[in-house]
Amino acid sequence: MKQYDVVVIGGGHAGCEAAYASARLGAETLLITMKMSDLGVMSCNPAIGGLGKGHLVREIDAMDGIMGKVADAAGIQFRLLNRRKGPAVQGPRAQADRALYQAAMQKHILGSDHLDVIEGEVIDFQVDKQKVTGVMLRDGSKIAARNTVLTTGTFLRGIIHIGDVSYSGGRMGDEASTKLCERIDSFDLPKGRLKTGTPPRLDSRTINWSELEMQPGDETPTLFSFMSIKPAAKQISCGITHTNEKTHQIIRQNLDKSAMYGGHIEGIGPRYCPSIEDKIVRFADKQSHQIFLEPEGLNNHMIYPNGISTSLPVDIQEAYVRSIKGLENVSIIQPGYAIEYDYIDPRALNGQLRLKDFENLYFAGQINGTTGYEEAAAQGLVAGLNAALSAKGQGPITFMRSDSYIGVMIDDLITRGVTEPYRMFTSRAEFRLSLRADNADQRLTPLAFKLGCVSSKRRKLFDKKMDQINRCVDVLVSSYFTPKEISDHGYKINQDGARRSAFDLLSFPDMDFDFISGLIPSIDRYPSDIQQQVKKDALYANYIERQKRDIEALQRDEAIKIPPSLDYGSIEGLSAELKLKLQKTRPETIAQASKIDGMTPAALTLLLAIIRKYEKRKIA
Amino acid sequence: MDTIFALATVRGKAGVSIIRISGADAFTGVRCLLKTDLPQPRQSALRKLYGEDGELIDQALLLAFDKDHSFTGEQTVELHIHGSPAVQTMLLNHLSTLNGFRIADPGEFTRRALENGRLDLSRVEGLADLINAETEAQRKQAMRLFSGELAEKSVLWRTKLIRAAALMQATIDFADEEVPEDVSSEVLGLLRDVISDLDHQVKGYAASERIRSGFEVAIVGRPNVGKSTLLNALARRDAAITSHIPGTTRDIVEVQMDLNGLPVTVIDTAGLRETADEIETIGIDRAKRRASDADLRVFLIDPEDEIQEVTQHADDIVVIGKGDLRPIDGLSVSGKTGAGLNQLIDLIVKALEGRTQGAGLAVRERHRVAVEDTIAKLDSAVLLIQKGEQYTDLSAEELRSAIHSISSIIGIVDVEDILDEVFSSFCLGK
Repeated sequence: MKQYDVVVIGGGHAGCEAAYASARLGAETLLITMKMSDLGVMSCNPAIGGLGKGHLVREIDAMDGIMGKVADAAGIQFRLLNRRKGPAVQGPRAQADRALYQAAMQKHILGSDHLDVIEGEVIDFQVDKQKVTGVMLRDGSKIAARNTVLTTGTFLRGIIHIGDVSYSGGRMGDEASTKLCERIDSFDLPKGRLKTGTPPRLDSRTINWSELEMQPGDETPTLFSFMSIKPAAKQISCGITHTNEKTHQIIRQNLDKSAMYGGHIEGIGPRYCPSIEDKIVRFADKQSHQIFLEPEGLNNHMIYPNGISTSLPVDIQEAYVRSIKGLENVSIIQPGYAIEYDYIDPRALNGQLRLKDFENLYFAGQINGTTGYEEAAAQGLVAGLNAALSAKGQGPITFMRSDSYIGVMIDDLITRGVTEPYRMFTSRAEFRLSLRADNADQRLTPLAFKLGCVSSKRRKLFDKKMDQINRCVDVLVSSYFTPKEISDHGYKINQDGARRSAFDLLSFPDMDFDFISGLIPSIDRYPSDIQQQVKKDALYANYIERQKRDIEALQRDEAIKIPPSLDYGSIEGLSAELKLKLQKTRPETIAQASKIDGMTPAALTLLLAIIRKYEKRKIA
Repeated sequence: MDTIFALATVRGKAGVSIIRISGADAFTGVRCLLKTDLPQPRQSALRKLYGEDGELIDQALLLAFDKDHSFTGEQTVELHIHGSPAVQTMLLNHLSTLNGFRIADPGEFTRRALENGRLDLSRVEGLADLINAETEAQRKQAMRLFSGELAEKSVLWRTKLIRAAALMQATIDFADEEVPEDVSSEVLGLLRDVISDLDHQVKGYAASERIRSGFEVAIVGRPNVGKSTLLNALARRDAAITSHIPGTTRDIVEVQMDLNGLPVTVIDTAGLRETADEIETIGIDRAKRRASDADLRVFLIDPEDEIQEVTQHADDIVVIGKGDLRPIDGLSVSGKTGAGLNQLIDLIVKALEGRTQGAGLAVRERHRVAVEDTIAKLDSAVLLIQKGEQYTDLSAEELRSAIHSISSIIGIVDVEDILDEVFSSFCLGK
């Protein structure tokens, strides 16, 4: 029987990232995909990144992950969102060519050391008490694994709906796996049901582009990977059109035929990505909704109309799409559909995405109740790294709310669970000013060095960059100027007599390096990308200093571990409701406990006291 | 969790005493004292209470409250017993022998009410103030806090700030979608509303705090003008030593009293004069310091002698001392005969009442700190918003920490609250 350190089931974004991360740590890794053609496929919209999501991609890249590099290779339109707002809320986004994306992903995965890929269907785990020791394939072959990572997306009781027609399946054309499903049921994990939808895919050749507004990419594209220099593929524009009163009328008249409104769907859909039916019902006074027409590739006629996901019958989809400007004669290549699926309540997982009650089994991606490629990949990274570390007998890595969006997401998932498909937003990060897309490498790459999952090429590049930044900052913090010197150079400043360092000056948002080089000519020796980075770091320096106290308080709370065996039922002074919630979530730290809905300061103090007592007893 | 019990009334002889019992076993526990069953919840009934050996301890009125319909949110029983120390002791001892029963820690009933969501933090503070209230003004103020006025206001401020934060976060996190591009006028309107409300609270804090902890009124003047006699007359007892010898009062003498509902501490101080006596000099220095720190000064003077060594403030009262010896025009007062005493009290009350006018809801230092902190952050948020879009990330941060500060009055804020507001306000999703 073949033996691996880590077996990853599933070849989507979570699976690829998990397998790639595990292999980077030198763990012997196997990725099992149902079909080779599924490996690295973009199953929904042809775009990567955005606000919050772009941050995740940068962080994955800072850990030397795969998504950023692949997205840069496949990007056909790059836009930095919130370009006019502060750098802390800017998020890189790109339209990707599906074929290029998959090709780049497969190249990296298949060319990776310590990583095997096979085609096959996992139908069961090999289980020994509370341990998963390997997997069994449909052909009867068995593979032993120290750790297993399950990244199977929507395969748990996935049902696809188009109007009143429904059939089971993971995605369009995929078969649902029932055996593995039964095995997971036998673990008796808490589960919930969610739904999500897709729009009809349109034939680009039947769209009247000349009538439509076009949106080009940025003139100077912002890429995802800290290693990339410029886009690899030809750059294109997206089209913009809008629904109108006629569209809304068609949809309103046929609402009862929609799977969602016809009562066929029980799962909960995301509030930030409603179907067109939902938009028209919930925001009835809005006369028009925007649609982005996103090309799926350079040599592909498929267009993804972003904004009109639906579960109406095919003929109604055709009717309403054709009521839209520019789409009068459009033909639908593949109808839109809604999909419902079960997810595992992520509160059953720990900070490494391993099941709390089941050693050796990790979960990552949509199966944990999230949505989006980036969220899936980031979880894949966490699960893959930890599965490999544990297989090698090393301690785990935990991402923190104070060091990354990855940490924010994992913490949200495992302490609060989900009520709708979980998507990253920048507003979820309380330390948003320090967790920026631009400094993801400064935050995480040193951590990746320590783990040993970074290529020497990236290491050299990063060291060089940090060396320049540090030297530049050294010059800036040690050069002081009087208000008079500053105003003599043409910058209006309070004549308060206080000398300010050049770094302090850079913390003023309207101050730039052009001005600083008037004061310190030698600063011009640093390249403009280094200067830009230093400017961003300086801009937030004061706020980050202020947030340090909050971060320290949080880290203190994160450091206080709650014994897993703590019996909440026996704690005097906790309300019955809190006891139940604590028992269900079983927080690992005081920080996690404090985020449980309904937690009071008094109850937290009580918990702290109990932990102290518990630790003393253990020592005694 | 233990079932707790305690004497709810003061220990000692009284007509009636009340023992309160709260916890999951309150009903079963009390049944051990009875030969019949408990009365129906929230209906009182007379019951005989028996000891372990079946001996009759007392006859009492019993009141039972179901879980969720009691002060603590737990099963609660009240025993209205005869106010005899022997009965109290015997019952308390007997209760402590019951399985899972123990005497309550100080404040534990209220703490359970807080933890079971029956009261929020500001209401708990109001309750503490209410129990400690000794004067009418204190009672009124505590009642406002206990009835939840501050909590309600805080919820209102928080709701407005969350709305403002949601508007800003929507323009940040959904920049690519159909959200209004410029929300600054609605946001600024909300912030300014809250700032002006909070400013009002800060201005009223001094008055609220004084109502809670009492006003200080200092009697100052030359030696032997009758300050101590006046204090004793106000206090209606011999609080300070009086004699005809100048310089009798050396240290500071304080007496707390209720003047027309206002809590007032009247301070008698050493008479102000040049002296070689070392101890008297220390007393005079203290007198000057306390007098200038006081809320109000009553200058007791000898008409022939106008020397003032303590600065006089606008509201301060000047009266002629030893009124019994000097039948003259103008306000004079005699501690000895009581002449002019009522007029003086009226003047003091009038001056202090003027200062209670703007009393706000923020009555504790904790409230003031939270409110001032919130104002400072909202002020910077307003400045940053006015400077333009490129500062959105910074103004959003100021707003986030402002919400955190204001929420500390009642509880903790959550990013989900902001996202809920975003999703219910805008049609999002491409």
